[in-house]
Amino acid sequence: MTKITDKLIFEKSRSGRRAFAQAPQFDSDINIPQQFRRPDRPNLPEASELQVVRHYTRLSQKNFSIDTQFYPLGSCTMKYNPRACNALALLPGFAGRHPLGPESHGQGFMKCMFELQEMLKDVTGMKGVSLTPMAGAQGELAGVAMIRAYHEARGDDERVEILVPDAAHGTNPATATMCGCIVKEIPTDSEGDINIDALKAALGPKTAGIMLTNPSTLGVFERHITLVDELVRDAGGLLYYDGANLNAILGKVRPGDMGFDVIHMNLHKTFSTPHGGGGPGSGAVGVNDRLLPFMPIPVIGADVTGGETVYRWFAEKDLPQSIGRLSGFMGNSGVLLRAYVYMRMIGRNGMRRIAEFATLNANYLMVKLEESGFELAFPNRRASHEFIVTLKKEAKSYDLTAMDLAKALLDRNYHAPTTYFPLLVPECLLIEPTETESKETLDGFVDAMVHIANAARDKGETYKEAPYTMPVRRLDDVKAARQLDIRYQRDSE
Amino acid sequence: MPFIPHTKKDTEEMLDAIGVSDIETLFDEIPDELRIDSLAGVPDALSEMHITRLMRERAEKDGAPLCFIGAGAYEHHIPTAVWDIATRGEYYSAYTPYQAEASQGTLQTIYEYQSMITELTGLDASNASLYDGASGFAEAALMAVRVNRKVKSGRVLVAPGVNPVYVKVANAIAGRQGITFESLPADPQTGNVELEQVDDSCVPVAVVIQQPSFVGTLEDVDRLTDWAHAQGALVVAVVNPTSLALLKAPGHWGQQGADVASGEGQPLGVPLSSGGPYFGFMTCKQKHIRQMPGRIVGRTTDLDGDPGFSLTLQAREQHIRRSKATSNICTNQGLMVTAATIYMALLGYEGLARVAARSHQNTARLIDGLCAIDGIERLYEGPYFHEVALRLDRPVAPVLEALAARDILGGLDLSAYCPDIEDALLVCATETKTDEDIDAYISAMQDIFHSRSQTQPRKSA
Repeated sequence: MTKITDKLIFEKSRSGRRAFAQAPQFDSDINIPQQFRRPDRPNLPEASELQVVRHYTRLSQKNFSIDTQFYPLGSCTMKYNPRACNALALLPGFAGRHPLGPESHGQGFMKCMFELQEMLKDVTGMKGVSLTPMAGAQGELAGVAMIRAYHEARGDDERVEILVPDAAHGTNPATATMCGCIVKEIPTDSEGDINIDALKAALGPKTAGIMLTNPSTLGVFERHITLVDELVRDAGGLLYYDGANLNAILGKVRPGDMGFDVIHMNLHKTFSTPHGGGGPGSGAVGVNDRLLPFMPIPVIGADVTGGETVYRWFAEKDLPQSIGRLSGFMGNSGVLLRAYVYMRMIGRNGMRRIAEFATLNANYLMVKLEESGFELAFPNRRASHEFIVTLKKEAKSYDLTAMDLAKALLDRNYHAPTTYFPLLVPECLLIEPTETESKETLDGFVDAMVHIANAARDKGETYKEAPYTMPVRRLDDVKAARQLDIRYQRDSE
Repeated sequence: MPFIPHTKKDTEEMLDAIGVSDIETLFDEIPDELRIDSLAGVPDALSEMHITRLMRERAEKDGAPLCFIGAGAYEHHIPTAVWDIATRGEYYSAYTPYQAEASQGTLQTIYEYQSMITELTGLDASNASLYDGASGFAEAALMAVRVNRKVKSGRVLVAPGVNPVYVKVANAIAGRQGITFESLPADPQTGNVELEQVDDSCVPVAVVIQQPSFVGTLEDVDRLTDWAHAQGALVVAVVNPTSLALLKAPGHWGQQGADVASGEGQPLGVPLSSGGPYFGFMTCKQKHIRQMPGRIVGRTTDLDGDPGFSLTLQAREQHIRRSKATSNICTNQGLMVTAATIYMALLGYEGLARVAARSHQNTARLIDGLCAIDGIERLYEGPYFHEVALRLDRPVAPVLEALAARDILGGLDLSAYCPDIEDALLVCATETKTDEDIDAYISAMQDIFHSRSQTQPRKSA
């Protein structure tokens, strides 16, 4: 990439220019009284179709993406998004279907959704699945709301505390707060497992449940999971599984078998729906028997009569204790279709292979980086599908921080790993290669990491001003927040 | 192995480097008793050719009926260029733009989106989008409560024209945070708010007004906004973005304008797709921006002093503030916003106004034709945009079934949504309908009403 500043589409606009092919005709006055009408003319761009196409095509070329670069972003599972998933979800019969269309004109779509629910039940070991949550964070909200609804239905109103490990994703505590819960953070021990003594001390009659990711955000499998399960259950709490890292265990071990009561899945990670530059996500939830009545609606059910299966929506009447609706219709259905196509193409044996090769890639990369002199946060542990390198030593000895290394990687055409998360590891790089990357790519990434670190150590190279080859140099974030400029205004130029 | 590149040799070399004999060993930290051997409920893999065939069959089964349903999701023509560009791999498969230097395409696109949506709504500041219109409404209510801190009632008054599903969703999302949603009384003639009957003993924290209303009517938004502000409440507007080419922008409602505007962004270039993925937009007055949920993109400069874009005001968000964040929301609907930005850039104001005007006229033609049938009349008087509620002299469900049998989706049975409204049908005809389409619907309805075999009027009618 080279440095090019593209004007805003507004600055390319010329009064009176239009994409004429896109404007329908109308032929008489609008019969709406003046008091309701808009007196002003909003400033939208006036451009030809070619100008618009060229502008946004050029902008797209300023992005890194999975299709163009390796993205070892820990906790994000940036695997290849198969083209067929997109094309098939956008077939006219699916893309054009109105969400409130009758079931008679939706059996094809609903069959896909029903089968998706069934497959997700199986891979998670849960008894019911609702597809409606529109992102991981909304799945979390659904999960915690179900935990509260469960306790309340039993008259157990005092249970308002949600336990969250300190390594957890920020959405966990934020979600608990949104559900009116009080958050208690549980520390992690030096080997990356949950601190059992601290857990015991935190449990009590107010415990609603615990939110866990396993493998954790530290990239290791929580070895005490069975004990955690027993302790929380004995205290009367429920277990919530954050499915951010489901990719690591597909077909190997199931959250339901580990004792979890409720889970959310990030379909945009494990089941390869696109990240789209920051969404849409999709956060389906799975529940065990106890939480079935509380699932968010709608879910899809099948009625079998006379050998024929008819799919229909299960809503308020079927699930009167449901925590309710989370979206205007049924969630991100187009994303769900993409996940469905992906799962069918992967198939039963492919599920296991995902976990196996994601884990192989992560452990290989971990070993290679350790051999090259990088320090691991948990050197005595296996990697799950991701692992942590800490630059504590490099930062101290020759001022190479995680931020510097991240920006230097961009100049070598690799996306940066996740930096400074989890918060408890200093100068943290969380690295997740995914199963879709080849050995050559991983080797190339190791070479780039080594090159950057060696140059810093041996030649005093600093990367404080990197990157140099991107469409922009390092940006002034302080100015962005202090001199807030978040929209183009005609008179601002 | 689909989408896994490893050759046998690669795998062997990698295992060798790790120092284990097989992949299975890499899972040795998982307790044995938890391990499973196979997944019974997942079928065998299909090749791309086979899944293509299967999906085509299912898509064709759902057909391409003539659709006159709106109710929060609207069929509009989407220029080919919109999704051709939005599904370029560089947009489609990019991550959230946290590494700003490698994400300038997405960031500039969102900045342009924020500029366009603030123009449409007449407000100062926009976020990068929320999940959809319904959840965006819940977030708008929560935001209003945070902004209007001096009012402690937690009482949000909701105009009768607000989409009833939005209120359900808001209850599910925000109901645990001490907020109650109460409906304002309606005038049965107009369907709009009847201010004279409002119980004003307790100060509301916010008043929510939807324009056009769920049942298609136009509220006197100026009067309502001024009334709400006089009460000390914030005004949250729920609006249809297409309508804003013709209707007054929320930022200009009443003396001071609405404080927050939100709504469903789907009409701006996003396919109906059974309800999602869509996006919720949200804009507000500048002074409220620090209480806005979701990502926001700002323009700044780089080390050379050249302009560039990055996520800003992140101190509001969950990854920094954790349990004290403005919301648990993490993602926006980036891809849908990319599409909407391209859509708005292609149409411009003139194009959007034409889409709005043509939709209004098509609906007028449909209403005139349907109301000429004996047994069909408008439920409410007054002006409308592109959606109207009709009262039938008979139950709606069998009529809709008879229409569906002719491959016409005749609208929404309102009784399922508004329990106090009986025998009412909500119809919408956007610019996608030709005169022939509309006449086909009217003629099918005439047949159904004239032949007494399928549906019958209620006896009292």
